[in-house]
Order: sequence, then C-alpha cells, then structure tokens
Amino acid sequence: MGKITFVEHSGTAHIVEIAEGQSLMQTAIDNGVPGIDADCGGACACGTCHVILHSDWVQAAGSINADEQGMLGLTPEKTDASRLACQITVSEALDGLIVHLPEFQM
Amino acid sequence: MNPLKPLLEPVIQPVLNKATAIIPIHWQIKGAHAFQHAKNRVGRGRPVPTFKEVPLPEVSTLALQDIDLSNPFLYRQGLWHSYFKRLRDECPVHYQKHSPFGPFWSITRYEDILFVDTHHDLFSAEPIISIGPQPEGLEIETFIAMDPPKHDVQRQAVQGVVAPKNLAQMEALIRSRTADVLDQLPIDEPFDWVQKVSIELTSRMLATLFDFPFDQRHKLAYWSDVAAGAPESTGGNANTDEFFRAAADMAKQMSLLWREKEARKAAGEEPGFDLISLLLANDDTRDMINRPMEFMGNMVLLIIGGNDTTRNSMTGGVFALNQFPDEFTKLRKNPGLIPNMVSEIIRWQTPLAYMRRVAKQDVALNGQTIKKGDKVVMWYASGNRDERAFEQDPDQFIIDRKNVRKHLSFGFGVHRCMGNRLAEMQLRILWEEILKRFDHIEVLDEPGYVQSNFVRGYSTMNVKLSARH
Repeated sequence: MGKITFVEHSGTAHIVEIAEGQSLMQTAIDNGVPGIDADCGGACACGTCHVILHSDWVQAAGSINADEQGMLGLTPEKTDASRLACQITVSEALDGLIVHLPEFQM
Repeated sequence: MNPLKPLLEPVIQPVLNKATAIIPIHWQIKGAHAFQHAKNRVGRGRPVPTFKEVPLPEVSTLALQDIDLSNPFLYRQGLWHSYFKRLRDECPVHYQKHSPFGPFWSITRYEDILFVDTHHDLFSAEPIISIGPQPEGLEIETFIAMDPPKHDVQRQAVQGVVAPKNLAQMEALIRSRTADVLDQLPIDEPFDWVQKVSIELTSRMLATLFDFPFDQRHKLAYWSDVAAGAPESTGGNANTDEFFRAAADMAKQMSLLWREKEARKAAGEEPGFDLISLLLANDDTRDMINRPMEFMGNMVLLIIGGNDTTRNSMTGGVFALNQFPDEFTKLRKNPGLIPNMVSEIIRWQTPLAYMRRVAKQDVALNGQTIKKGDKVVMWYASGNRDERAFEQDPDQFIIDRKNVRKHLSFGFGVHRCMGNRLAEMQLRILWEEILKRFDHIEVLDEPGYVQSNFVRGYSTMNVKLSARH
C-alpha cells in the first residue's frame, strides 16, 4: 500500500496510507492530520484545504481547473505549487507524495 | 436605466476621473445630492419606497406566490423562521413577482445556495448584492459586487490585511482592547450590551484596521449603519438626505486619511499595516482615490464588512446562550468548546440574511427556470436552518455541533467573506475574556431588532452581569 507524507508548518510529519480514489483532503481528515479545515466539505468553494505540494509532485497531481484557480487566488500564501486538497484524487500513482501544510488556512 | 448610459459612460468617466483629481470627492457627493434633489423636484428621480410596520400574517394563511421574503419586518416580528421553512419544504426556488424591490427569486435550501454561490459564471454579483438598488446618484463600486477578473484584482490588493499571519500579530492588541471594554462594565446592574460591548468593540477594531483617529471611531459604526440602511436597497430606515450627508462626511475623512498616508509614503516613511497603506502599496489600487465611486465602494465595503456582522454575532451569541441555558452550562464546564461555539454563533445568527445575484443566462434549478437577467437571492439565513443539510436540529443552538464550519454565513466561492478569520478571532477572544470575568450574562428582556431585509441585527439588548466567584 502506497504512502503520502503530510508535513505540518512546524515540521511535524504524518505518514498515511493511500485510499485509492479518495480526495487528498479526505485522506488528511480521516487520518487526523491537523491544519486542514475543509469548511465546505470538498466543494471547491472555501479554499480552506490549501496545501503546497513538494515541487517534484506538481505534475503528477494533475491540472488545476478555473474554479480551483479562483479559490486559490483568495489565499495570500499561495505559491506555484499550491493546490486545494479536495481537488486531488489520490491513487497508487501518488505513492511517495510529500504535501506541505501552510501555517494558516484562510 | 438610461439607454444612453452605456454610450455616454466612456465619454463621461474620463472627465469625471479628471475632475476628481481637482474636485474633492465630498464636494462631488454634495453636488450629486443637490442634483438628486433637483431631479426629484421635477419628478425625474426614481421613487424611494417607504416601509411602515404592520403585523404580518402567519405564513400558513398565504398563497405561495404571495410570500415575500423581502419584507424588512420579518426578522423583527419573529416570522422569518416559518416563512423560510414553508418555502424550503414547498417551493425551494421561489419567484416573488411584486415586491417593493421588483421581482426576485428566493433560493432557500442549502445545496441550491451552494450551487448559485459557486457558479459566478452563471450568476453575476453585479451591480450590487442587496435586493434593491443603491440610492440613485451614489452608486458605489465594490469588489463584493464585481465578477472575476476585476473582482480578483481588487480583492487581492486588500485581503492581506486580514490574512491569518497578520491576525496572529494583532491578537494581543485585540485581547487587551476586549479586556479593557469588559473591565469597565457594571456588575449586577442593567445596561445595553449592544452599545457598551458589541458596537464599542467593533468600532475599536475598525479604527485599528483603518488606522482611523481612535477618538472618532464611532463615526465608522454610524456610517456603516446608514450605508446599509437605505430603504430602496434593504428596506432600512435611513433617509436619503442622511445617506448623502454621511457619504460626504465619510468621503472627506477617508480622503484626508488617504492623502495623509500618501504624503507620508512619498516622504519615505515606512508604510503601516492598515488597509489604506496596503491599497497605496499596490500597483492596481494606488491611484484608487482618482476613481471616486471605486474608492468609496472599497471604504464602505470594508467598514460594513467589519461592522454589522461581528457586532450582531457578539450580541447574538449572548442571546443564544440565554435561550439555550444548558449550552451556557456546557460552555462554563468546557471553555475549550469556544472555537466551535463561535462557528455555531455565526451559523445561528447569520448576521447577513442573504447575497443577491443576477442570472447571466437561463438556468434550470430545482424544477424552475430562472431567466437571464432575473434577480436571485440566496437566503443564507434559511440555508443555515435547512434540515436537509444539518444532521442535528438546525434550530437548536448546540455549541459542540458537528461539522458546523459548513455554515453559509460567510458565503462560498470567490466572494467568500474575506474577514472570516478576523471575525472568528474577535469572537473567540471575546468569549475567552468573558468566561474569565463573569459567571453569567442575563438577558433581561426581548432585544430590539433592526429594520432590514439584509442585516439581522440588534438595536438594543439589556443584560445584567454576575461576577465570577
């Protein structure tokens, strides 16, 4: 079973198992990873599951649609590797993915 | 709408903008006021509706088509709840043809509201988000009522001021100001919580955000009340003359503040972290003062946004805990519930009842067809009580409610409330400091309610405090 590593802003790492087909946001929530609010429950409508992917994984995570781009624009801490975790579907192809959590969700 | 307007605007706008560089904005507003007076005298002005309060009927006695959620007394008379419930159950996408604000659709279920709010491609926020239009002659431009991409540019210029990183630095200041206000409250004697706490704290916060003269902070709250209270926009009771006078006064003071900061910046002074300094530091907004309606729009938006909402949640929380005393007991036993309670207060109160959109094309929704150009009102206050969306009875106030952060009060999509984290922090600190000092806050009688279809607010609420032993 593949693994994903979430790294909190403080540096604390959480290694969790991949649940095929689940969103990256749900994966974090189900495993009690702190730092993701997901207020809207995965509707790409609040921007509070903002994560920053390790640069090696930006391509593999897939493309960003206009809605996600719009919501990411509301986050002052946005970087080139920023994504909304609710818009990434995890699969074995993401085995080894490293995800950094921002200091705050907005 | 004047059919010549689209043709004339490209011609007039540059002239106006040029004039602005020379003529102060508050003079222009006075000029617009005089012009409006003249227009009204010769019968060319748009009539302003007046609202006189009469007891409203029980919703069960009405035909569906006669239900009018725009009535500004529904909240005050405690009928909003039954009106919303009937529409949620029987006609969740509802058309009211003959309101004083013209025809509009009401969206009352959680899922439908989420759909409308997240589809800015189908539903425009322009030209304004209240059911009715802005007062004639003073149509301000604000990014809450702009669509992408213009919205994005303007919002991004100012949102840094309420970014969580900056809030963390402001926390100590907010806490000391909150403590100061609470320490001055009388114990065991009645006073008005709205004036002494809710308005006082939100005015202090606004003065801080704008770096506005602290001794004049109450003007900010006053301007906000007048701006949100125009009868033609929200069914409020501000009169037109008062509206123009307040706008002129605000324009004068905010322009002065802007020019002063601009001069300090030009002199090489390190910019502060207030809203105006941020706007001056951004290439897209540094010359905003030369576009008067945009300048006024942003000032008004940020003042209203930081005022009514938090103020009425500060009052609403005390009221809710009095209506559900077991929750007060629960809170005293476990102050760790405060962050979750703050979200529950914001859900339960829903300080702004709705946001309005206009359909950009025909849209089929829940069995109805909304036509291009129709007004669409998303009733957050109803969605937050939708039994289909909240597992635990949404009419109950439950401070440890599960998944409460999904509430609609901040909106969803690109217009989601920019100050949501600041609001949550202010309320969290307020309750942390309350619990340190007081054992109980007793609401002594029925609060006074604001006349509006938009602001769900309290004008007065008499309370009595007991000290903590």
